[in-house]
Amino acid sequence: MDFLVFQYPMITIQACLDGLLLGILFALIAYGMALQWGVMNIINIAQGDLVILGGYIAYFMYLYGIHPAWGVIVSPIIMYFVGIAIYKLVINKVVDRDLFISILATFGISILFMQLMNFAFGADVVLANSGYGTTMLFDNNVVLPNSKIFSAFISIVFAICLVVYMKRSKLGRAIRATAQNARAAKILGVDTEKVYAATFGINAALCGVAGALISITFTIHPYMGLPYTIRSFMIVIVAGLGNLPGVAMSGMGLGIFEEFADYILGTEFRIGSVFLLLVLILVYRRFKLSRKREYLK
Amino acid sequence: MKIKNILITFVSAIALLFSTSVVSFAKVVGDKIILGAAISLTGKYSSNGVHTQNGYNMAVDRINSMGGVKVGGKTYKFDIIYYDDESNPKRAAQLAERLISQDKVEFMLGPYSSGLTKAIAPVTEKYGVPMVEANGASRSLFTKGYKYLFAVLAPANLYLDVAIRTAVELNGGKGVRIAQAFEQDAFSQDVRLGILDAAKETGSEIIIDDKLPKELNDMAATLVKVKQMKPDVLVVSGHTKGALTAIRQISEMKVDVPMLAMTHCDAAKLSKQHGKNSQYALCASQWHKTLTYKDDYFKDGMTYAADFEKEFGYDPPYQSAESSAALLVFKDAFERANTFDQKKVRDALAATNMQTFYGNIKFAPGGQNVDKPMVLFQVMCDDAGKCENKVVAPLKWASAELIHPVPKWSER
Repeated sequence: MDFLVFQYPMITIQACLDGLLLGILFALIAYGMALQWGVMNIINIAQGDLVILGGYIAYFMYLYGIHPAWGVIVSPIIMYFVGIAIYKLVINKVVDRDLFISILATFGISILFMQLMNFAFGADVVLANSGYGTTMLFDNNVVLPNSKIFSAFISIVFAICLVVYMKRSKLGRAIRATAQNARAAKILGVDTEKVYAATFGINAALCGVAGALISITFTIHPYMGLPYTIRSFMIVIVAGLGNLPGVAMSGMGLGIFEEFADYILGTEFRIGSVFLLLVLILVYRRFKLSRKREYLK
Repeated sequence: MKIKNILITFVSAIALLFSTSVVSFAKVVGDKIILGAAISLTGKYSSNGVHTQNGYNMAVDRINSMGGVKVGGKTYKFDIIYYDDESNPKRAAQLAERLISQDKVEFMLGPYSSGLTKAIAPVTEKYGVPMVEANGASRSLFTKGYKYLFAVLAPANLYLDVAIRTAVELNGGKGVRIAQAFEQDAFSQDVRLGILDAAKETGSEIIIDDKLPKELNDMAATLVKVKQMKPDVLVVSGHTKGALTAIRQISEMKVDVPMLAMTHCDAAKLSKQHGKNSQYALCASQWHKTLTYKDDYFKDGMTYAADFEKEFGYDPPYQSAESSAALLVFKDAFERANTFDQKKVRDALAATNMQTFYGNIKFAPGGQNVDKPMVLFQVMCDDAGKCENKVVAPLKWASAELIHPVPKWSER
């Protein structure tokens, strides 16, 4: 235990800001997960691996001399089609089955992706340098890498665009209608098959954006996907489906929680504390639900 | 019908018998000495696994083409059976078992990484199979009393020992304030123990002692602490991801520290991936091509590097060099033992005292190589932004002078 974080106010501010910027990025990934969970009732274990694949796209652009920030445009386009392909090959066969089958299927996809990425890109840890420099605040006591600020900004832009798209466009409305009641939507002429494919594609595209941002801010590696899956799973569970402000808030909350856990418990417990929190929340929700059930009886 | 079934079973049983007797190798078949190795060709260690395999293959070709191994007046050639351990310790142990009991291999080469070597060592020990390994540096490998394990590399606790001693020396012999962050794995924790020992002996103080997770890609918290507490030395060890993350965040957060010492810089291709941001980082290495050790097969480090590059298309990392050295050790031991008796070969290995292009090799009773110090290189960049690793310590092999303290970010 180390309470340094509370002894120096500057460290507290640093931790809060770091957590906030990180949390916004997590929220973007979680938003994709919430979307397809809500629409298709599928928990996508391969979410983190899609993120990493998106990161590799930005990394390869960087290798070929293109600024990796363009990855946030290119990566989602490629990932959209990857998403559609996964849907056509696997997901459409499990979409109406029970949750367990789809978890197994996406778990399989996750393992396959890890190995394929390892095979194609090698097991080396890589990163893309943005060369964005650093912002210094409070007399140089608080430092924020501009790449983190850039990540948070782009995440917000994409989230806003998506919300507007969902509200205004025809496909967006079809997606929302399907989420509310797939059967009714089908009867009313919505091509749910198409909606499902598009939803999975949009989710993969969001992962692509997030991956590109992660390759700029942190590092990527074929086996680093799982922590991102867990984080987004947890954010969605806390926020509930179809609740975008909730996802944003719980994303930022998780980011700050992680930073403080890092300072207080030590970096080794950073991911561990997220898992622990997940268990606690699941247990808490179960209790709440079981109380409700009794009440309904 | 029944007779037909019996007949099929009988025929297939015979076929099976034949196939196994054809596949199974003895230790020495004809003029071949067959060594076994489980290597990580897939999974998270696959890049270093391939470096290891390339090192082995390079040495096998070289020794075979230069006359092979002479035992009992006859010339033999090396051959290696490889299996892919998928970077998984359990699989590695199974494969060792298979190499020994099915393929009848009687001499083994090590896998990549301390963790996998730890998984294999009990198996080779059980069967009394001598194993020369080149990529497991964890101290715990050498304290278990293994009799058949020999490592050509220096143990992990010595990796950054030199850095601390150099810092103390530059501080006029007074102790320094150390901040350290180590991954939670066998290797990095051993490096940490080495630092603790060096700190105790030199009267240095450890002011930050952080542990890093396996999924490490953010160490901002540690670096914020470093910024506040201003240590004299920052030590980081977390394989390639540790090295890459540290340099990225140190440069982004403009953390000023007089000395930064790390492991795995060359595996992380630090100077290539980070360019000028990695400048002045000190890195522990088992080997560097500019060292002047010599042998008859590869001549010296520079020649080895050139030959390796010609064959595999990249500059050899130390993982390849030490793997090549393992074959030289085996060859030497076979010739001195002048027999293929495992016990006698084991005794010959224990008595090894030789120089290879990779360094001097002499085994302590625990199996670690005690005759080869670690080297420390510093990343140095020219004005055009081209960076190179230059050996700065120990002084005997230094090709450049250590730059200390590291200039502040505001002055770069």
